[in-house]
Amino acid sequence: MIETLLDILSWILLLSGSFFCLTGALGLLRFPDFFTRTHATGITDTMGAGLILIGLMLQASNWIVFAKLIIITLFSFMAATTACHAMSKAAIKSGLKPQIKDHPGRDSEEQPSKL
Amino acid sequence: MYILTTLTLLVVMAFTLIRAFKGPTLYDRILAVNTFGTKTVLLIAVLNFLAGRQDFLDIAIVYALINFISVIGILRFFEYSTKKPLDEDL
Amino acid sequence: MGDLFAVVMLSGIYSLLSAALFLDLHAVDVAFTEASVGAGISTLLFLATLKLVPRYDKKSRYKPTLATGALLIYGTLDMPHFGKADAPVHEHVAPRYLNESMEEIGVPNVVTSVLASYRGFDTLGETLVIFTAGIGVMSLLRISRQAKEESKSKTPADMQQQVILRVVAKMMIPLILIFALYVQFHGDYGPGGGFQAGVIFAAGIILYTMLFGLSTAQKIFNRKVLELFTAIGVFLYASVGFACLFMGGNFLDYSVLRHDPVHGQHLGILLVELGVGITVASVMMTIFFKFTWRTVKHKYNQ
Repeated sequence: MIETLLDILSWILLLSGSFFCLTGALGLLRFPDFFTRTHATGITDTMGAGLILIGLMLQASNWIVFAKLIIITLFSFMAATTACHAMSKAAIKSGLKPQIKDHPGRDSEEQPSKL
Repeated sequence: MYILTTLTLLVVMAFTLIRAFKGPTLYDRILAVNTFGTKTVLLIAVLNFLAGRQDFLDIAIVYALINFISVIGILRFFEYSTKKPLDEDL
Repeated sequence: MGDLFAVVMLSGIYSLLSAALFLDLHAVDVAFTEASVGAGISTLLFLATLKLVPRYDKKSRYKPTLATGALLIYGTLDMPHFGKADAPVHEHVAPRYLNESMEEIGVPNVVTSVLASYRGFDTLGETLVIFTAGIGVMSLLRISRQAKEESKSKTPADMQQQVILRVVAKMMIPLILIFALYVQFHGDYGPGGGFQAGVIFAAGIILYTMLFGLSTAQKIFNRKVLELFTAIGVFLYASVGFACLFMGGNFLDYSVLRHDPVHGQHLGILLVELGVGITVASVMMTIFFKFTWRTVKHKYNQ
């Protein structure tokens, strides 16, 4: 009884986690600018990874596997978000400007870096 | 259940690789490689349950660490090397 | 391909794909080592080198790549097919190790028992190779005393701006170091061992150096300490071998270390892996510090 409940919960969590990762990857492909892509990837990566790993945690057979999955989740949360921040900061510092919508009387051009 | 997740993760990794090849600026490529690494960690964790073994999780932890440290290393490298004037033909 | 940075990135991805392949073949220890050494430390050390050399390679007129590749493939045509059961390597030595390992050594992870006990002499040679690489780097990139005094008080200004990275790194680095110790001592029961643990430890300290500055990292691990620890690791390994000699067995025959052969093997493997881990960690840190010091010196003498 508990087993089937855990299985159903794992199914739901794994599927929704995969859904988030998929939408994040689609955003990575289709968004127009670097900063928007960072936004898409950073958010959905963390959410999708968290859901998938929690879904796996419910299937763990002993406590060591459970503890290791908790370590991976915590580390993944911190590392993905911080890497996203570091990349955006490095991109701004090297001169990459975000793409701003056209406004009358406003200079709007994306200036790619020379790298 | 695991098979479906694995297939989705493989599709996501393929999309990321497309972005890594296409991305016009360098930072797009760094972002794509970082995302590829995060998805690899998830893929190893899911494969661990698919194959029924328990020791793949150590590799997942190590790869999460390595991915993070490598991305930070790459970003520091580019911070140092763009201290030169930007009109140098890189 | 002339862009050396792209080459470094591609070799990192190649190491990751090899690690995935090994994982698919259920060779967990090898995948572990490939992921940590190939995709991790090699990329970081190559990046540290790339700060010192120009980024684009000169184009060479002669391209020996195709000829070498063709010769290599021709050379492998004569070998037995991949995974065939009657290949010589599967007939004599490997079944004996697999069958006898649990009784003679009592360690669940056969890779560790083969690496540290059955082929312990080879592993001593590998550790000496890493030690020699460290000595080579140390002797080629000497830090002169006067230049060291000059650069001691300057930290580059951009380091102070990385507040978020510093805070997150301060939370993560102790966990990375503890994980390195876990991998070191858990190598008997799961994937792990000395090489992987040393590399993970060095990667943690390299992260610290990148974010907090070389002079701060050298207050903890100054040059003398690193040189001492590089030698201590190899010394530990060799002295375990000599202790076995003095107690009546062969060189690196751990069965005579204790009253019971299996306990002797356990003690021998533990000490030997510890020596390997210490040497690998110290050498990786030394190489990174020397390269980074060169970059810092470059910057301040311009």
